[in-house]
Amino acid sequence: MSDETTNPLRDEISKAISENDVLLFMKGTPDQPMCGFSARTVAILQSLGRPFAAVDVLPDPRIRQELSAVSNWPTIPQLFVDGELVGGCDIVTEMYQSGELQDTLGVDAGPSEQPTTEADAPEAPPLSIENRL
Amino acid sequence: MSATPEELKQRIEAGIPGARADVSGDGHHFNAVVSAPAFEGLSRISQHRLVYDVFGEEVGGRIHALSIQTRPE
Repeated sequence: MSDETTNPLRDEISKAISENDVLLFMKGTPDQPMCGFSARTVAILQSLGRPFAAVDVLPDPRIRQELSAVSNWPTIPQLFVDGELVGGCDIVTEMYQSGELQDTLGVDAGPSEQPTTEADAPEAPPLSIENRL
Repeated sequence: MSATPEELKQRIEAGIPGARADVSGDGHHFNAVVSAPAFEGLSRISQHRLVYDVFGEEVGGRIHALSIQTRPE
């Protein structure tokens, strides 16, 4: 699967994916998306009120390269929930419209248990380059 | 040379058995609606991967953006 023996960046990406419940790899930042597809995905997530971590792939082209190698998905944005790739803008949009995304994220699903205090979003991810910008 | 919707349509239909594709686009951004028996039983992610796989590295390069909607058939 990988053609290189050690790859710190790839490890960082995998770690970020496993450590953040909801993680969006995007172009730009949630406050300043640099691409329409990223902007639309952010808008959907924000409308659901679910905190999410975000990684900007633009500062270093290798982030995108390694991410695609890890996820086997060629485009940005990429949304991960509980360590699994949910999809890019198209799938997120479709799932939002059908209500599946709300189920996946555990929002809007009635008064069932929901860890609202677990707002580990903005600071948590080691890769969230946006924090340095 | 920029890609055309017709080219993408033909390649999707040639690359995925039994697929039918409607593709629109401006030479850089494309939208493809694809139905294929091969999608049956696959997750959305896997269905979209089948379409992306037709183009490999071209997605993000020569084909700047490819939006996909898939329908099992």
